[in-house]
Amino acid sequence: MDMRTPLAKVRGLGSAKDGTEHFWRQRLTAVSNIFLLTFFVIFLVAYAGAPYAEMVAVLHNPLVAIVCAFVVISATFHMRIGMQVIIEDYVHAEIGKIALLFLNTFFAVAVAGASLFALLKIAFVG
Amino acid sequence: MANTTSNRPLSPHLQVYRLIPTMAMSILHRITGGALYVGTLLVVWWLIAAASGEHYYAWVVWFMGTWFGQLVLVGYTWVLIHHMLGGMRHLLWDVGLGFEKEFSTKLAKANLIGSIVLTVLVWAIAYIIR
Repeated sequence: MDMRTPLAKVRGLGSAKDGTEHFWRQRLTAVSNIFLLTFFVIFLVAYAGAPYAEMVAVLHNPLVAIVCAFVVISATFHMRIGMQVIIEDYVHAEIGKIALLFLNTFFAVAVAGASLFALLKIAFVG
Repeated sequence: MANTTSNRPLSPHLQVYRLIPTMAMSILHRITGGALYVGTLLVVWWLIAAASGEHYYAWVVWFMGTWFGQLVLVGYTWVLIHHMLGGMRHLLWDVGLGFEKEFSTKLAKANLIGSIVLTVLVWAIAYIIR
């Protein structure tokens, strides 16, 4: 039985106003992360603690730099909406919840911004 | 007016249930997700250090060479692999597969065992090749 009003059905997005967008993006980035983070695990075990020249040389490779940038974008997006769910599950005080949701986005953007800057700097300047 | 919300029966929470594999892996999936969130700071540090020049990057090389640094690296990869395998289970459930009791329990155990095996494997290969 459908209890929804015709207007609600036309709008179709529920009380959060973004419908299945959160769920969908979590899955979208989950699938891209399977490929991207598999690359990153291999990159990590291969280059963690590597000498400076070696590290800069590999990140100078356009293909490696581009895939690393995708890793950063996909991972930070995924972790931001994942942490959003954790905050919404455990933090019930309205002010605290909103503050943490703000900080969550700031953190994800800061991580992404700093990582991308570093990757581009190494790729273009060395 | 009587308070209608304070005396309602509560649904039982985690501590009343026996810990079973699917439940343990579900909890671990969230914990590993949170750990990866914090772990990105290490990745940022690594990349920024590499962009900052040889002198500063030496700190990262030093840290990654200590036993604690090695432990963090191995732990980080295990957490990442565990979360990824857990995520694959979720994708399987999203398409409506793998809900049978015995199978989902096997899958939960496979999640843990698989993550440990893969972690040991990638690091063993890395040590042999280097």
